[in-house]
Order: sequence, then C-alpha cells, then structure tokens
Amino acid sequence: MKAECPKPKVEGPKRLRLSVQKLVSGSAALAVGTAMAAQTVPADANATDPLWMVGIKAFLVVLGLLTAFAYMTLIERRLLARIQIRQGPNRVGPDGLFQPLADAIKSIFKEDLVVTKADKVIFVMAPMISVTFALLTFGLIPFGPKDAFFGYDPWVINLDVGILYVFAVSEMAIYGIFLAGWASNSKYSLLGSLRSSASLISYELALGISLVAPVVLVGSLNLQHIVNWQYENGWLILYMLPAFAIFLLTSMAEAARTPFDLPEAEQELVGGYNTEYSSIKWALFQMAEYIHLITAAALIPTIFLGGWRMPGFMEQIPILGPLFALPYVWMFAKIALFLFFFIWVRGTLFRLRYDQLMVFSWGRLFPFALVWFMVAAFVVAFKLPTAVLGWLSLLSLIAFSVYVILNARPKPSAVTRMGAGD
Amino acid sequence: MSIAALAQSMGITLKALFSKPVTIPYPDAPVPLKPRFHGRHVLTRHPNGLEKCIGCSLCAAACPAYAIYVEAAENDPHNPVSAGERYAQVYEINMLRCIFCGLCEEACPTGAVVMGYDFEMADYRYSDFVYGKEDMLVEVEGTKPQRREAAYTGKPVKKGYSVPYARAELEGVNPPKPKK
Repeated sequence: MKAECPKPKVEGPKRLRLSVQKLVSGSAALAVGTAMAAQTVPADANATDPLWMVGIKAFLVVLGLLTAFAYMTLIERRLLARIQIRQGPNRVGPDGLFQPLADAIKSIFKEDLVVTKADKVIFVMAPMISVTFALLTFGLIPFGPKDAFFGYDPWVINLDVGILYVFAVSEMAIYGIFLAGWASNSKYSLLGSLRSSASLISYELALGISLVAPVVLVGSLNLQHIVNWQYENGWLILYMLPAFAIFLLTSMAEAARTPFDLPEAEQELVGGYNTEYSSIKWALFQMAEYIHLITAAALIPTIFLGGWRMPGFMEQIPILGPLFALPYVWMFAKIALFLFFFIWVRGTLFRLRYDQLMVFSWGRLFPFALVWFMVAAFVVAFKLPTAVLGWLSLLSLIAFSVYVILNARPKPSAVTRMGAGD
Repeated sequence: MSIAALAQSMGITLKALFSKPVTIPYPDAPVPLKPRFHGRHVLTRHPNGLEKCIGCSLCAAACPAYAIYVEAAENDPHNPVSAGERYAQVYEINMLRCIFCGLCEEACPTGAVVMGYDFEMADYRYSDFVYGKEDMLVEVEGTKPQRREAAYTGKPVKKGYSVPYARAELEGVNPPKPKK
C-alpha cells in the first residue's frame, strides 16, 4: 500500500510509519506484504483492470449512485424538516426508511404525460440524456489506493485528462435540460430551459477557471496524481482557498442547488424546463440533479481535501495511524460532509433572482477565479515556493473576513424564539 | 446582501437542526392538552357516590346548540340516585350538535356537568354520537368508539392526550399525565 507512493523522498518518517503499522497490525501487514510481493515488478501505472472487472465496477457505481440518490432524498427531507423544527417523513417503514421505495413506486405509476404537440422522441430522450451524463462522471473518482477493491482498482476509469473529462461530461448534461425545454413545445418550458442553460453555462466558466489553478500547481489533470500530490505536499485547500471557495459555490450552481436553483425552482408556479414533465421522466431529472450533487460532493474533497487520504502526518500518530490510512472510510466521510453542507445551505438560503445569479457569476466569481489563476500561474512559472500560495490563501481569507466584518449589519433586535414547545 | 448575515442565518438553521421538533406525532404520542380544554362532558358525583345532577334542565336551557336533553324523575327517598329531590332519568348530549362552548357547565347549579378531556369521538352512526348517562358518568373511561375498540381488543382504553392536572371541578377524573 505504502510502496505505491510514487516518490518516496521522506525516508525516515515512512520507515517509522511502517514499523508502527507492523506493530499494530502484524498479520494484516503480512498479508499486504505478500500481496505486494506478487507484483514487486513495478506495474505500468496506467495498467487497467480486465474489462469484465471494469464492467462490474461501473455497474456498482451506477447502482450505488442510484441508491444514494434515493436515500439522499430521504436524508435531505429529514434534515430539512429538522432545520424547520419538524420531523419529516417517518411513516413508511421503520423511521421512514422505506420512503424512497414508496416515492419510486408512486413516480413510476403516475400518469406519464407526453404533450400532444411535443417532439416526442426528444421529449422522451431528454431525461435519459440528463441521467446518463450525470452517471458518467463518478467513475473517475478514486476511493483508495491501487488494488484496494478486492485486488482491483477502486475506480472505474483512470484518465490522464481526468478533470477535462469531468467538465466535458457534466457540460453535456445541459443538453438534457435544453432539449427538454425545447421538445416540450411550451413557452414556459422553453424560457425555463433557456435561463437554466444560461446559468449553468455561466457557472461552468467560473468552475473551470477555478480548477485551472490547482491543476497548474499540481501539473496534472489526473485525479489520482492530484490526490498523491496532496498526500505529499498537504491538502490543496491550504494553497488554493479562493479556488476552493469558488469551486464550492459553482458546483452548487452546477447541481442546481438552492441558492442557485433557478433551473428547478420548486416553489414557483411554473417550475422551469421540467414544467411539462411528469411521472418517471420528471423523477429522472431529479435523479440527474442529485447525482450531480453527489458527484460534486465527491469531486470537491478529491481535488481540495486530500481525496481518500488523510494528511500524511496523521498516519504517524502512534495507535490511530493505521486507522487514518484506511482507504474508503475517509472518502465516504468527506462525501457525507459535503452533502450535509449542501443540504444545510438549502435549508438556510433563499433563491437568487436571475439577474443576481448572473451578476454573481460573471461579476464576482469569474474575475476572482481568473485573478487567482493568474497568481497561481505566476507562482508556478517563476518557480516560487508553494508556500507562497498558502500565505496568499491565508491573506485572502483575512481580507475576506475584514471585508465581512466591515460590512456586517447590526444584529436584528427581534429575538427569534427557537424550538418553542409548550 | 451581507455575507455576515448569511453566515448568521446558517448559524440559526444549525441551531434549529439540533433543537427538538415541535411536531407531535399524534396517534403515536399523546397530545398535550391544557387543563381547561373543552372535551367530552363528564357527569360528576359527590364523594358519597350520589350523582350531582338534579335534573333541573338548566344546562339544556343554556345550550345554544340545543344539544342537551334532560328528563327528570323523583328520587326514591330510601335509595336516592342524586343528592337532590329529583334526578336525571335521561341525560343525553348530542355530540354532533354540541359546540363545546361550556355554557352548560356554567349554567349548572350543582356543578354536575363538567367539560372533560376526551375528544376522539369520531364514529359511523348518528345514534353513536348521542351520549347518555352511561357514557358520561365519571367512572366511564373514554368515548363510545374508544370503549368499543377496547372491548373488541380486550385492552384498556387508549387515550390520545395528556394533561398536567385535572381541574378541581372534574371531581374523580384522572386524566393521563405527560411523561417527563
């Protein structure tokens, strides 16, 4: 596991870590050692698993994403309810655990309307396009070191153009939205789809630029290289705090989440591009949105928060060290953290108006992302130490805090009473 | 739009997330009622067991919904039913007409008819909404459908409410107390 690290520069701590691990889990280390002995010859870094294994993993990813989507709806509804001091759906099954099943049955058996004047083929294809392209991204995300998945790699595909692929595919999801609005042959759907595609494309721009900075610093688009770089040099959030903030905000917009959820404005009388959709087709759009959300929640930690690893120094803590080196746990924990953050934001913030949305993207996020990219490029081009970027991140955080404090409003005097019971 | 205000609102929602929901899952958990709740009427008794009701029909006269029907009869002096000269031979309240205003309670000279706490009276037949003496005297637990269900399942009457204490007027009524 450890021998996989590409550049073992730090000999001392590593040996220490190995010995500690041997002490704590002797037999496990032995098993790993024998497994390692089988492939002492450094295998090609880009060697892939057999095709059947890739198929199984792809199937597992799709299955897992769909299950995660189903239960995300439940978790989100429960958490939103608790934020609003309600209880949320708790009637179906023990503690409401079968609610997604009931929702699925309901949405499948609802009347499936196809508008008479609609372009039928595209009308049916649009939700499929949305879901398909939403599902395609997740396979890139590494969940552990090589061979951690029963001797196979814990990712579906390992692309050197990783981040580019992610953008290309998630950009394709806009076609689903746009075609849905167009094929519905309804002016409301068309307007909804226009504003959705406009906002998604605008935010995609800031999203892309914000990611260029870490890519320049790491020097690779490959997600696994990024994870390994972070393992050696520290998490990218330390060096790339502004990029992290911008990426967090824009990925919320990409997944059509609440502050930027104009594409699917639930509370509005005419929702948006999915006005004419009902039944399972509507559910497919929802599914695509949630899968985008889960993908974003997996992509953010992969790029900025060390991926499936904890920082290197944590593995040197005496007894807890091997625990911090566990592959899957941390990735799932980080995904859960960001999903919770998205739900929390949804429970708190209001929807931006369309012009505010556009100004926020083009006027704030995009220039900031561009400036930060220039700074990162400058640091890399003139071979300045990476720590400069860390100090600049800290400086930007301080500047932001000062800005916030200077612009803070006085606390409202009306005291909101919380949790009022009897 | 101030960012500090946004952060503050995030704090408010986080605080709300960890507070207890105000929802009461009613059929599973009892509804907390106030002691002066106007529920199904109770015909109370004196401590010696005699009925307080003397069949004067003042409640029927006070009733704005004409929901009460009283038929009085002379007491047997050796074996009295009530503490007065006469007693209510028939005492019926139509719970479909009743508006639970409590004027009957105010009109009652002996404090015989008092508003209790039962409210789960939903039923199928018109006749089942006319509550007689046998349904309202203090020793009777629950409403007609509740008692019917209890007789069917063999379990005690399940009451869907809790009250911190019963009013003094409700002599002999012991409503379920909220669990702490």
